[in-house]
Amino acid sequence: MSEATADESGRDRAEMARWIRDRGVYVALAALFLLNVVVTNNFLSVGTISLQLVEVVPILLVSLGLALVIGTEGIDLSVGSVMAIAAGVLPLYLGYGWVAALIVTLLAGAVIGLLNGVMVAVVGIQPIVATLAVLVGGRGLAQVIAGGRQVRITDEGILALARTRIGGVVPLSVLIALAVSALVAWIVKRTVFGHQLLAIGGNRKASVFSGLPVRRILIGVYAASGVLAALAGVLATARLGASDTPNVGQLIELASITAVVVGGTPLSGGQVRIVGTVAGAVLMQLLTATFIMNNLPYTWAQMIQAGIIIAAVYIQSNRT
Amino acid sequence: MSDSSTDTRTDSADPVLSLRGVTVRFPGVTALADVDFDLRAGEIHGLVGENGAGKSSLIKILTGVYQATEGEVHYLGEQVSFATPGDAQDAGIATIYQEVDLVPLMTVAQNLFIGRAPRTRWHTIDFTAMNERAKDVLADFGIPVDPTTPLQRLGLGVQQMVAIARSVSQDARAVIMDEPTSSLEAAEVDTLFEVIRRLHDRDVAILFVSHRLDELFRICDQVTVLRDGHLVHSGPLDELDRGGLVAKMLGRELVGKQTQQRDHDPDDHDDRPPMLEVSGLTRMPTLDHVDLQVRPGEVLGLAGLLGAGRSETARAIMGIDTIDEGTVTIDGQPLRTGRPRRAVAAGVALLPEDRRSEGIIPDLSIRENIALAALPQLSKAGVVSESAVDDLVDSFMQRLDVKASGPDQKVRELSGGNQQKVMLARWLCVEPRVMIMDEPTRGIDVGAKVEIRELIDELAEQGLAIVLISSELDEVVEESDRVVVLRDGEVAGRLEGERVTEDELMQVLASGGDEQ
Amino acid sequence: MSTETAPAAEGTAHVVEYEPDFRNRMAELAQKHISLVVLVVVVVIASVSFDDFATADNLTNIAIQNAQLLLIAVGMTLVIISMGIDLSVGSVYALGAILAGMASSSGAIPSILLPLLVCAVFGTVQGLLIGRGRMTPFIVTLAGLLFARGAALALSSELPVSIEGDAARWIGQSEVLGLGIPVWIALAVLAAGALVLNRTGFGQSLFAIGGSEEAAVLMGLPVVRSKVLAYTITGALSGLAGALLASRLGSGLPTAGAGLELDAIAAVVIGGTLLTGGAGSMSGTLAGVLLLGVIQNMINLYGGLGSYAQQVVSGVFLLIVVVVQRILNRSQRV
Repeated sequence: MSEATADESGRDRAEMARWIRDRGVYVALAALFLLNVVVTNNFLSVGTISLQLVEVVPILLVSLGLALVIGTEGIDLSVGSVMAIAAGVLPLYLGYGWVAALIVTLLAGAVIGLLNGVMVAVVGIQPIVATLAVLVGGRGLAQVIAGGRQVRITDEGILALARTRIGGVVPLSVLIALAVSALVAWIVKRTVFGHQLLAIGGNRKASVFSGLPVRRILIGVYAASGVLAALAGVLATARLGASDTPNVGQLIELASITAVVVGGTPLSGGQVRIVGTVAGAVLMQLLTATFIMNNLPYTWAQMIQAGIIIAAVYIQSNRT
Repeated sequence: MSDSSTDTRTDSADPVLSLRGVTVRFPGVTALADVDFDLRAGEIHGLVGENGAGKSSLIKILTGVYQATEGEVHYLGEQVSFATPGDAQDAGIATIYQEVDLVPLMTVAQNLFIGRAPRTRWHTIDFTAMNERAKDVLADFGIPVDPTTPLQRLGLGVQQMVAIARSVSQDARAVIMDEPTSSLEAAEVDTLFEVIRRLHDRDVAILFVSHRLDELFRICDQVTVLRDGHLVHSGPLDELDRGGLVAKMLGRELVGKQTQQRDHDPDDHDDRPPMLEVSGLTRMPTLDHVDLQVRPGEVLGLAGLLGAGRSETARAIMGIDTIDEGTVTIDGQPLRTGRPRRAVAAGVALLPEDRRSEGIIPDLSIRENIALAALPQLSKAGVVSESAVDDLVDSFMQRLDVKASGPDQKVRELSGGNQQKVMLARWLCVEPRVMIMDEPTRGIDVGAKVEIRELIDELAEQGLAIVLISSELDEVVEESDRVVVLRDGEVAGRLEGERVTEDELMQVLASGGDEQ
Repeated sequence: MSTETAPAAEGTAHVVEYEPDFRNRMAELAQKHISLVVLVVVVVIASVSFDDFATADNLTNIAIQNAQLLLIAVGMTLVIISMGIDLSVGSVYALGAILAGMASSSGAIPSILLPLLVCAVFGTVQGLLIGRGRMTPFIVTLAGLLFARGAALALSSELPVSIEGDAARWIGQSEVLGLGIPVWIALAVLAAGALVLNRTGFGQSLFAIGGSEEAAVLMGLPVVRSKVLAYTITGALSGLAGALLASRLGSGLPTAGAGLELDAIAAVVIGGTLLTGGAGSMSGTLAGVLLLGVIQNMINLYGGLGSYAQQVVSGVFLLIVVVVQRILNRSQRV
C-alpha cells in the first residue's frame, strides 16, 4: 500500500518535473513579462521591447548552435572566444567590402568549429576538454589578430546590420536571428543531418551500428556552432560599432547553455528544442534587463541566473 | 584436486551461504523462483545456465545488489539481508566480476590496499610497508608481479588475480566469481585456477560461474544448474557427464522430441554462389578461424553455448570489433571490415542482441527509428521527404504489425516485441542482402515471437541471406537450412539437410572439444 | 618503474605481463616530466635572450606574480585528478579579495580567515551539488562562477575595497628571505598538497575516483566525501589567494581573476595531470605554473605584445598536451 502511494507520488513528481522542463520556460517568460508590464516604466513601448530583442540576438544565435551540439550529447565552451575571433577578423577584411569580410569571418568561425569537431569526433577527446582549449586560447588569438585594441567600425554595410529597422520598427538583426532560428529548426526537423544528429545524441552506439556517418555529423555540428558564434560576433560588433575583442562574448557560453537547458533541451542529448531555446534566451536577457530597467544591481540577476541553471539541470537529471 | 579436501569436509557441514525458497520478481518477470541453494566451506561450486536462467540474479541476491522478494538468505547460520554490495563485502563475501573493477592507473599494491593501507606514525600512508605486504600477498597466491607495477600494464588475467587477492586478503569466507575466465587466455586461466585451488585449501567457499564446461569439469566439485529461474539440479559434479549437464541446462534429453525442420530443400540454393562468405575470421581470444557461407534465400543457424563466439562473429562481420585476420565477402566482393558503415553500405544488416543499448534510439519516435538507416534514400539534397518517410513507415508498421498508438510514439514506450519489429523495419527499409539476427526473439512475448519467426521465413523466401543466432534449440532447428555450431570461438560442427535436428545439435553442443 | 619478476620459486604460475613498449614508456615519461623539460628549455632560452631575465629582481617578481595562481592550481589539481573541474575559481578569487577588504578593518587575521572560510563553504556547496546531487561539475561550477562574481560585485558595489590597516597589508607586501610572504604560503600549501595527495587516504581516493569511479564505489571508498572535500579545498585556496592578492595590492578588486580558471586548468594539465582524471602530481603543477609564468614574463620583457599573447600560448599548449595525452593513452589500455 505505502509502496504504491510512494510510487505514485514519485510518478507525480516525475510528471511535474517533465511539465516544468517542457513548459516552465514559457510560464517563467510570461510571468517576467507581466511583472515588467506592472513594475517597469514604459516597458510596453516599441523602443523598450525592440531594444530587448536586439540585446538578445547574440545570445540567441550562440544558443542555437549550442542546442545542436548539446543535441549530440556534446558541449561547446569555445563560443565566446569564437565571437572574439570573429570580432578580430571582421575589420581586417572590410577593405574588400562588407560582404567579403562577413564571409571570411563566418569561415573563420567554421574553421574553429571544424577544429573542435575533429578533436571530438576523430581524435576522441571529450567535448568539454576539446572546446576548453579553444576557450583558453581563442580570445588571446583574437586579440593578437586585432592587435589588442578596440577597432572602430565605420563600414556602412556592417553598421547597417545593427541599425537598419525594417519598416522603421523591426530591427534587421532581430529578423536575421529569427530567420536563423527558423532555419535551424527546419534543419533539425526536416533534414537528414538533423535526424542523424538527434540519433547520435540519443544512442551513439546504435547510430554507429546503423551505419550513420557519425564523425561527419559531429564535425558538421561543431562547425555549425562555430559559424553561428561567428555570426553572433559580427552582429555584436556591428551593434557596438567597434571590434571589442577583449570583452565581446565574455561568459556567453554560460548564458547560452542556460538558455538551451532552460528551454527544455536535455544535456544528455537526443533532443533539440529550438522554440524553447529562443524562449530561454529571451528569458535570460529579460531577467538581466528587469534589474537594469528598475535600477537594481544587475549582479543580482547574475546570481539568480546561476540559481536558474542549477535548478534547470537538476530538474532534468531527476527525470530518469 | 578435490581429493585433498574431501576428508576435512563433510556434506553435513553447515553451509556458509544458503538460500531458502528465494524468489526474485520484477514487474512482469520472475527472475528466480523458489530457489534453495547451499554453498559450503571448502567447496568449489559451479553455477551454470543459459542466458536468462537466473545466474546473475542469484549472484546479485548473494552480494546484496538485489533483495529477495520472498524467501531467506542465510550467512554463517544467521538470516541476513544485505542492503548494498558494501554490506556483503564487509561481512566477508567477495565478488570477482567479469570486468575487473580496479583502478588501472594505480599500482598493484595500491589496488590491493586502497582504503585500508598501512599508516606511518604520522598517519600518512606507509608505501614501504604497503609494498612489502603486497609482495607477501602476491607471493601467497603465486602471482609473480612487482607490486609497484601500474595495474594497466598487466594482462587481464593478472588483474583478475589482483582483484581476487584484494578481496580475499580482506578475510573473505565466500568468494563469488562471475565468469572470471571469459576474457582470459589459456595460460592465464591456469594461473587463475592455481589461485582458486589455494583459496580452496584455506576452506573458502567458492562459487564459480562459467559457461565453459571443460573449465567446470576441471575445477569444480559441486554444480548447480538453473533454467528459467528454477533450480533444476544441484549436486556433486562427478555424478554428471558433459552430455547430462548440457541436457539439464537446455532442459532436453538427448533423445527428445523431433522438431520439424523448416521445409526448405537445401538443394535449391546449392548452385548459387554464396551471398555472405566468411573465412578464417579470427579475433583472439574469442574467435579462432571461423568459416561460414550463406547463400541468398538461405537461413544459416549459428548455434553454440553462451560465450561460444556467436555474437562475436556477428560483430566482427559487421565491423564493430576489429579482427586479427580473416576475410568477409559479400556477393563476391571483399568487404573491408572495421567500420559498420562500410558493412551497411555493402548490404549487411545486424539486429543486435542488446536491443536497448545498441539498437533502438529510445527517445526518438517509431517513425524516426524506422527511417534512420534509410534517410539518405528518403531524401533529396539532404532534405528528408516527409511523404516518402510516412509511406515507408506506414507500410512497414502495417507489414510487421507494429502495435503502437501511432508512428509518433516514442520507441522506449513499446514492448520488446514491437521494438524488435521497429529494428527489423529499420533494416528492411535499406533492402539489405545479408541480415544477421542476434537472438531476435529474446525477451519477446510468445505472440510476437511467432510473428518474427514467420518474418524470417518470409525474408528468406524473398532472397535474403540470413544468419540466425539463437540460444533456443528449437528456434535454430526450425528456422535454419544449415547450422554452424561454435565452441570456444571455433567451429565445432556443421549440420546440413537431414541432420538439422535438435538431437544432432545437442550431440555437437554436448561433445567436448577433444575430437578436434 | 622497474618490472622485476618475482623469485622463480613462486613462479609456478604463468603471468602475461605487458612489457611497457616504447610508446607506453614515452606516454608515461611525457605525462610526468615534459612540463619540467619544457620549463628548463624555456628558462634557458629566456636567460640567453633577455639580459633582464635571470636577475634576482625579475625572478622574485615572477614568483610573487604567480603565487596566487599556484595556490589555486593546487586545489584544481585535486579536483581534476578526481575527474572534476572547477570553473568558479577566478570568481571565488575575486570574492575572496572583496571579503578580505571588508574584514580588514577588524584586523589582519580576519582579513585572511573570513575569505578562507566563506570560500570554503562556497566550494562545499558546489561539491555537494556535484558529489551528492550527481550534477555535472562544469555546469555547477560555471553557475558558481557567475554567482561568485555577482556576489563579489554586489558586496563591493562594483568598486575596489581597500585593505585597512598595516598588518593586513603586511602579509602581502613583506618579504622573508628575499621572497614575498604569499610565495612562502603558496609553497607551503603546495607541499601540503603533495603530502595530502600522495600520502593520505583522501588523496588515494581522489586518484581512485578519477581512475574509475565505479571501482572506487565497489572498493568502499568514501567517494562523495572525497569529492566534496576537493571542491571545499579549492574554494578555500581560491579565497586565500584572493585575500593575499588584495593584501599585496592594498585593495580588493571585484573584477579580479577573470579567466583565471583557464590559466589554472592550463597550468595543471600542462603539468601532466590528466584532464580525464586518475593521474597527476603537484610537482607537475608547480612546473606548469612556472612555465606559464616564465612565458608571460618573456612576453613582458619582449614588449610590444599584450598579455593576451600568453593566452594563445596557454591554449596551444593545452591543445597539444590534451591531444598527445589522448593519442598516447590509446595504446596504454590493453
